[in-house]
Amino acid sequence: MQMPIPDASVIERKDQIVARLLAVLPKDAVIADVVETRAYECDGLTAYRCPPMCAVLPSNTDEVAAVLKICHELGVPVVPRGSGTSLAGGALPTADSVILGVAKMNGVIETNYDDRYIRVQTGRTNLSVTGAVEANGFFYAPDPSSQLACAIAGNIAMNSGGAHCLKYGVTTNNLMGVTMVMMDGTVVDIGGAHMDAGGLDLLGVICGSEGQLGVVTEATLRILPKPEGARPVLMGYDSSEVAGQVVTDIIKAGVLPVAIEFMDRPCIEATENFAHAGYPMCEALLIVEVEGSDAEIDAQLALIMKIAAKHNPVELREAKDADEAGRIWLGRKSAFGAMGQINDYMCLDGTIPVSELPYVLRRISEMSKEFGLDVGNVFHAGDGNMHPLILFDANKEGDLELCEEFGAEILKLCVEVGGCLTGEHGVGIEKRDLMHVQFSAADLEAQMAVKDVFDPKWLLNAAKVFPLDASEPRRVA
Amino acid sequence: MTPTSELELSDMIKAANGPLRIVGGGTRPIGHVMGEVLSTAALSGITLHEPGALTLVARAGTPVADIEATLATQNQRLAFDPMDHRALMGTSGQPTIGGVVAANISGPRRISVGACRDFLLGVRFVDGAGNIVKNGGRVMKNVTGYDLVKLMAGAYGTLGVLTEVSFKVLPAVEAETTLTLSGLDDTTAIQAMSAALGSPFEVTGVAHDPAQSLTHFRLEGFAASVAYRADALSKLLAPFGTMQDIAGDWSAIRDVTAFAGKTGDVWRISVKPSDAAALAAKIGADAVQYDWGGGLIWALCPVGTDVRTAMIGTAGYATLIRGTGQTFHPEPAPLAAISTGLRAKFDPRGILNTGIMG
Repeated sequence: MQMPIPDASVIERKDQIVARLLAVLPKDAVIADVVETRAYECDGLTAYRCPPMCAVLPSNTDEVAAVLKICHELGVPVVPRGSGTSLAGGALPTADSVILGVAKMNGVIETNYDDRYIRVQTGRTNLSVTGAVEANGFFYAPDPSSQLACAIAGNIAMNSGGAHCLKYGVTTNNLMGVTMVMMDGTVVDIGGAHMDAGGLDLLGVICGSEGQLGVVTEATLRILPKPEGARPVLMGYDSSEVAGQVVTDIIKAGVLPVAIEFMDRPCIEATENFAHAGYPMCEALLIVEVEGSDAEIDAQLALIMKIAAKHNPVELREAKDADEAGRIWLGRKSAFGAMGQINDYMCLDGTIPVSELPYVLRRISEMSKEFGLDVGNVFHAGDGNMHPLILFDANKEGDLELCEEFGAEILKLCVEVGGCLTGEHGVGIEKRDLMHVQFSAADLEAQMAVKDVFDPKWLLNAAKVFPLDASEPRRVA
Repeated sequence: MTPTSELELSDMIKAANGPLRIVGGGTRPIGHVMGEVLSTAALSGITLHEPGALTLVARAGTPVADIEATLATQNQRLAFDPMDHRALMGTSGQPTIGGVVAANISGPRRISVGACRDFLLGVRFVDGAGNIVKNGGRVMKNVTGYDLVKLMAGAYGTLGVLTEVSFKVLPAVEAETTLTLSGLDDTTAIQAMSAALGSPFEVTGVAHDPAQSLTHFRLEGFAASVAYRADALSKLLAPFGTMQDIAGDWSAIRDVTAFAGKTGDVWRISVKPSDAAALAAKIGADAVQYDWGGGLIWALCPVGTDVRTAMIGTAGYATLIRGTGQTFHPEPAPLAAISTGLRAKFDPRGILNTGIMG
């Protein structure tokens, strides 16, 4: 993975830059020691590491503005960081950059149950947003699997999803407003507790811009009343084609489950060995969850079970209580950990049209043999978001590169069948150089033109998202 | 100008030597745009409908009615429920899906399921320099690159002329019931609506009509579920009165037909629900109606009423839908600079619906 050559003229001025930052921040909020900066050398994509020049941990919007103003004036690149859980390298530093971490900014500013929103500082973790409102019967819907650790700032940057977005949408559908600091230090308020945009939908383009347009310091999030209950069913089939057809039939029948999760045989075997959830050994396993009152759940599950039964399941299991529901989810929730027990793995994130599922799984299995690397598939089946997990050995010479090559082929396949490179993890550095596969030069130019407006000097997280050759004229200008 | 293909549209825009006024069905004229008419009427037709994937793709000039009819054959619909402006605006013609997207048009169900922009999965458009651009796609989860899809929704054509749009669609429902409270003043009605929206009973329409003092709550879904929730909601809202089950006319609420043919300016105001009643009382309106649990105020005001001055101190915005005056709410300087900067990038010659948004 190539990164731009760090700007030596910036690194040379480290002492001056640090001194300027110390003038606007408390001493403990500036980390310049070369040993301590290593804490920020990578995010969840641990294969790539590079300590930043320094890191800052501001406590409020004013401090963020002061930092960015200085960096803008001195021409210093800035990489914003939430909790550092990105799987795409979204928070990977460059050696000439300042990491701007929002971890200290984790407060709740306002909760309003009549108007159904919460306003938080963006260093707050996803799960603790729900934690702040659940006593009043509310929750925050987007639920990425890293929700215990990941920050709202990163959720906004990557437009994070989760298992339940078939019904509730992803971050952009639950974000009502932000306070954002632009690279030149200007503070802007966009949106708020009211709905939709009065002019251009700037909030819509900021969400998912991977920290390249500004640093979001506060966010107004929609909160929803908790459903009365939720219950899953588990079904196993002898082929992924059949499982795919079951998903289609459920959706066509007018039921809108909150989640439809899919696992293939390699994943089922790995999780069984690891978590002993009692899953059937079969080619394709589905977990379908519905919400509502007990009676509503019964009615929806009856319909789903009827559809499922028509397709000759090898197993069909309805959760009767919370305990059984927990056991059904146990394997799925430990799938990544289980795969990690076997070997190192790379988690992909492409999306495909649901109808292409059997074809794509067949091709992945063929490619797996060609590359000689095992792969397991976990999949948000309702919305087509795949998570192939490719197993490799990081200690084996050339295995990472082979794995990346295999991953790239899978993502190209996703685009080829009408899908996309990333459904919820973001482009970061991981998919950056594949963007040409999905987008024409004009498509990328239109996106980069947006960054030109928000960050004309291209100082914010500039080595991400766009292929380096495409962004070079702007980055070096 | 009526291009029949994206390429032809691109050539026409490149060759244009003056401002262009982009028209879909022409049913939602807003602002006062000058220029040669550029119609999307010939860019029409549904290009993909995959019921099992809840996906529909159509060219921008496709009539909304055609899309709704096609979806209905598979028992599906556009869940965001786009408003039909013809009665309110006194227009005729066929609303197009491109127009719906360009203006980010949603209806009462927006409060529970989201707006047009939330269902929009992808766009193709031609920018002001004639470049053909695509963004998003046809899958529900997609974070590949910047989300220009949202930016195009509600841009009123100022960033480009839409040629194709793709949507997430949803199943139609088996049953629908409207429960109605009567006799509530605006403040109390909004409290009742907030209580309903804060409950787990999934109301999909919440509107208040002060003229008749009626507050409507819609429930949709499988028949047994609707019956259960209707009962539960009635109990929850018992402190506000007895709910009656009367057939609700949601298309009249959606299309604001109460203001059709009446003299005066029509404003569409978005605020947080708990601010709505106090604001509505001070804008000098002849009539108001509330949708989205109070978050959306429709106001019929004497010609020339300055609604925005009354809004100072209240977060939100007011759009002048019918009347002469500044259509869009002025943005604070830093945001206006961003918006102007984006328009200059996407339409460097300033020829697309010039001046409509500022």
